[in-house]
Amino acid sequence: MAQPQRPLSPFMQYRWQYTNTTSILHRITGILLSLCFFVLVYWLAAAAAGPDRYRDALEAIASPLVQFVLFAGLFSFCYHLLNGIRHLFFDAGYGFELPVARKSGWAAVIGAVVLTAVLWVTLGAMLGGAA
Amino acid sequence: MSLRSPLGRVLGHGSAKGGSGHWYSQRTTAVALVILGLWFVASLAMLGPGAPHEAVTHWLASPFSAAMAVLLVLVGAWHALLGLQVVVEDYVGDKGTRVVVLVAIKFALVVAGLIGVLAVLRLAFGLQP
Repeated sequence: MAQPQRPLSPFMQYRWQYTNTTSILHRITGILLSLCFFVLVYWLAAAAAGPDRYRDALEAIASPLVQFVLFAGLFSFCYHLLNGIRHLFFDAGYGFELPVARKSGWAAVIGAVVLTAVLWVTLGAMLGGAA
Repeated sequence: MSLRSPLGRVLGHGSAKGGSGHWYSQRTTAVALVILGLWFVASLAMLGPGAPHEAVTHWLASPFSAAMAVLLVLVGAWHALLGLQVVVEDYVGDKGTRVVVLVAIKFALVVAGLIGVLAVLRLAFGLQP
């Protein structure tokens, strides 16, 4: 019995290109930032609970796993910030010309990598929690 | 025979008419978070190495910093809720699972947001144990 030839979902037929990459990266970094939101609340709550609990929290944050999450979170912050600004320009109706959209996409990715490196060096020592 | 009237069966299948409000809130919170996010990174840098407890309490004792921190928590939770909702609605196909996941995310973010606000307020008012 022949299956009717129905069109595939866009998800199944789009070829991979920079537009999918910038879009899915925005979503993945958004999810990671949501996770980091809980780390932020944990940090604030520990500070409010007093110096002893705060010291314990800094030790927990200094663990390699949390450090990895924070590093990913820092990159997510930088990328989501830059690509988010790019999207606000799209929403206002600017930057849809293909060469411009391609350049701004690359700028968001490269800018995020550079900004992450700079901020990790600046903040890394303290986020590492010299507890 | 069904308990539902023929009219009840056909009503309510269209748009919820809330889409543009969701879209607009997502953008408004995004603009606010550009400012709040940059402020937070700058604040972290100024807390110094190891972010000592005294530095954090001193930082949030300032009304401006406390207000910005409360806004960061509230607007951050709101923006995360709107964004995660879109992702879940796009990728979770099963209707029942989708509702459960959406409600769980909402509960988690509301609770975390409330804890964050109370923590900042406690430090802002200097209510140390």
